Amino acid sequence: MRVLVIVLVFPPASDVEKEIGKTTKLSMPLSSKLTDADLESNFADIAPPYTDQQAVVESARCLFCFDAPCISACPTGIDVPAFIKKITTGNTTGAARTILTANILGASCARVCPTEVLCEGACVLLDRDDDPIKIGRLQRYATDQANDKLLHLLKPATPKSGKRIAVIGGGPAGLGCAAELAQLGHDAVIFEKKINAGGLNTYGIAYYKMKPAVSLTEVELVKSLGVEIRCGVEVGRDLTRETLERDFDAIFLGIGLGEGQRLGIPGEELPEVVDALTFIEQIHTEPLHQIPLGTRVAVIGCGNTAIDAATQALRLGASEVVVVYRRSEGEMSAYAFEYDLAKRDGATFLFHHAPVEVIGDGGHVTGLRLARMHTRDKGSLSQIAGSEFIEPFDMIIKAVGQKKQSDWIARIFPELKLNRNSTPVRDARTGQTSLPHLFTGGDCANGGREVVNAVGEGKKAARGIHEFFGLTSKGSLVQPSRWGVTNGPYGSGLDAPIRVAELEEKYEELSPVSHPQPATSALTSKNQE
Amino acid sequence: MRCRQRIKNVCDGIFTKSAEDSGRYNIAGSLTMADLSTNFAGIKSPNPFWIASGPPANTAYQAHRAFEAGWGGVVWKTIGDPIRNVSSRYSSIDYGNSRMVGLNNIELISDRSPESNFREIAEVKKRWPHHALIASLMVETREQWHEFVRRSADAGADGVELNFGCPHGMCERGMGSAVGQNPDVAETITSWAVEAASIPVIVKLTPNITDITAVARAAKRAGAHAISLINTINSITQVNLDTFVPEPYVAGLSSHGGYCGPAVKPIALNMVQSCASDPAVRLPISGIGGITNWRDAAEFLALGSTTVQVCTAVMHYGFRLVEDLVDGLNDYLDGKGFRSVDELRGRAVDKVQKWETLDLNYKRLAEIDYDKCIGCNLCYIACEDGAHQAIALANPTPYGLGPGRVPGKPVPEIKVEECVGCNLCSLVCPVEGCITMVSVETGLTSVSWSDYQTRLAAGDATAFPPHP
Repeated sequence: MRVLVIVLVFPPASDVEKEIGKTTKLSMPLSSKLTDADLESNFADIAPPYTDQQAVVESARCLFCFDAPCISACPTGIDVPAFIKKITTGNTTGAARTILTANILGASCARVCPTEVLCEGACVLLDRDDDPIKIGRLQRYATDQANDKLLHLLKPATPKSGKRIAVIGGGPAGLGCAAELAQLGHDAVIFEKKINAGGLNTYGIAYYKMKPAVSLTEVELVKSLGVEIRCGVEVGRDLTRETLERDFDAIFLGIGLGEGQRLGIPGEELPEVVDALTFIEQIHTEPLHQIPLGTRVAVIGCGNTAIDAATQALRLGASEVVVVYRRSEGEMSAYAFEYDLAKRDGATFLFHHAPVEVIGDGGHVTGLRLARMHTRDKGSLSQIAGSEFIEPFDMIIKAVGQKKQSDWIARIFPELKLNRNSTPVRDARTGQTSLPHLFTGGDCANGGREVVNAVGEGKKAARGIHEFFGLTSKGSLVQPSRWGVTNGPYGSGLDAPIRVAELEEKYEELSPVSHPQPATSALTSKNQE
Repeated sequence: MRCRQRIKNVCDGIFTKSAEDSGRYNIAGSLTMADLSTNFAGIKSPNPFWIASGPPANTAYQAHRAFEAGWGGVVWKTIGDPIRNVSSRYSSIDYGNSRMVGLNNIELISDRSPESNFREIAEVKKRWPHHALIASLMVETREQWHEFVRRSADAGADGVELNFGCPHGMCERGMGSAVGQNPDVAETITSWAVEAASIPVIVKLTPNITDITAVARAAKRAGAHAISLINTINSITQVNLDTFVPEPYVAGLSSHGGYCGPAVKPIALNMVQSCASDPAVRLPISGIGGITNWRDAAEFLALGSTTVQVCTAVMHYGFRLVEDLVDGLNDYLDGKGFRSVDELRGRAVDKVQKWETLDLNYKRLAEIDYDKCIGCNLCYIACEDGAHQAIALANPTPYGLGPGRVPGKPVPEIKVEECVGCNLCSLVCPVEGCITMVSVETGLTSVSWSDYQTRLAAGDATAFPPHP
């Protein structure tokens, strides 16, 4: 029954792969010597789904906190205790409805959220020296169970407002915004550059965490709310800003980040020097045994994308992967559990080193010239003279961050006010930019955060657009069961998030501009980002 | 490996157990342990822990296993004219991650012949002469009662237990709870058993009655030597929401079943105390109902039981759980300085009195330990929606940042003027020792409802103002 419906919902997997398989081909020889069975096992779900009994046992551990901190730690404000309580009673459809009402991408967030530093990191059981509730895995259980009912769980609002909104970018922010707009009674049209919507959820998540089919189901869910998605359309190339402004009442900008940053060193143009996101996208679009791969691979950078690249290179069959980072172990932006995963998979880490030249022979990579780095007092780096040496590699994966979209923005919206870090200035609560009809959210606005932040910001922007039309916003994302409290609950993660310290540090590092402070000001926070 | 062997050798040296003195582990060097041996209406057993009449007490094989494990007595599964049982028979309810917190059954008395049962009783008694072995009986006529009581004594049983309790099946044939629900009938049948008995007669009471002491008194009048309670409670545990047939399922139908297990313990304790405190009863009590561990057992003893009987917990975990009952009770008695189990018996009976005797001026308040609070705020919502609106969500600043408290996240704070000391917050709090109920000095002299009524009538008191 469930399989039948899934077939109706998704395009068949092979078609999906053909459709999304339009990426740059690498010229490297195939070097994976693993069998198909090994590859399948290496890329199986890292956190397999719960059985019914496991889900009931785990969910029964939840205290059903009032005003639970996990809600406040979720950037989309999912009412976590409410959905977990429903799992204990076998009401998985209701659990899925609770999740998707707050977060339309609840199924993918269940798999890709760094729950250790979000909801699970805020679980009160930690303060009782207990294991936190496995919220992510329970969320996956609830959203998996409801697959066959998924498309009937949420309803677009009636009557319609007659307002039309153009959503530029079909990634998590755009989908989050469009789904909320549809539920508020507006007509949203998503313009997506690629052949499929979903953004990094479809193309850029480590394959052992989530398969693209999950993301494509969510795209179908958004469509089921009446959202139109036009793929293969790039604003500025296929469509002008003037057309959008003529045909639509407001615009949401959710275009994510641009291509990977360059290293800016000699030899970078050699064919075996690849960008991490391109490498990961190939894993999503091509048969695993056909992905070009070196034997001894260097990964440059030490963020979560670097970890994804290192781990997947090893799982594809690379015999050795070295992650090269110019700073210390304590300064890496990868989460501790991601770092642990890479070490378990056999990656080695070279700290305090930076690449200065890619060495080639006959047009192919043969090694990397590395230099030892010294960190000065104020955190700036300098190369230690005479410390250079060459290390043999046949593939270099660059994972040093993505470019901001300032070029595209300067071309299409030249008058838009930008922050120092080239992201648009916006109201933190509504996502409204310096152009009143233009709203923004997600990576292009926050500089690069989690999928769940993008969904939450898309949703907040949808409410901002609703207010922009002179309509009353639904306000905070607190479930009805939490209303009617004299002092008011602390607030959901959507409006006034609490943050786990580890995550806060990461954000500080990535995002030099201010963002809402969680401390005592959180209840009234209206900071400008 | 070597280490494990060494531990085993040490243990073998410490714990010695024999058929003649099982029921307790003799720990070398600790010979001062409290005496658990029991004399129940003349029936002696090495400890007060008996297997209740039911599925675990159906055969000699099970009785041997029970005694080997350390149980002090076995009440044989009820013997009568052999019956025919149905399939299936048991159903239960789970709560949270606990399985079978309540069990019900529609299984009838023994489906084995009286001859087999009495023969096996004789075998068991021969091998375990110092353990208690009781025959539970359920028959119809006076002649049958005479016959079955005599055959029990002839087989060597230490006593008989009259099953006036089963609320399913047999009651439809005028036996079981049909007897126990009618004090006159119970008195008559008890007297039939007593007139033929050379061994003590125990009457097992049904809780499916408004006032259990009415039947306890009837048993006393008829000359019974002891009572045991409670039998199971009439119940339906669950309905299958697809077929609408409750469990246990029998060919498209179900039936009312007898309910037991941990969920019934509070009901049983209440009835045991009622019988123990009734001056018209004054019979030794064997307490039954949801006993799983030594604490449960100690509570039954404190409320007036001389022995306790266990069935459901054995159906869940097997006979081995007696080990916790024995050494848990032993350690508790030693800790209290009680030399024998008799010193515990009945200590709580007088602590339960009529509501009208309670002090209306006594005051308790909830107190929160902010070093332990994890911030779940369950106490807040329980009090706000479910009780007396006496907890506020307050600014956390004065309390500092303890566990579970994020900057800006409110903490629960007791509104002292509103708190009626109801206990609810301390009951819902998931952290041991975080919310405690503290007695406070009110400066008022104690006054009970009955005192208050007397004084009001005499014009010696002013009326309490109603709660605003």
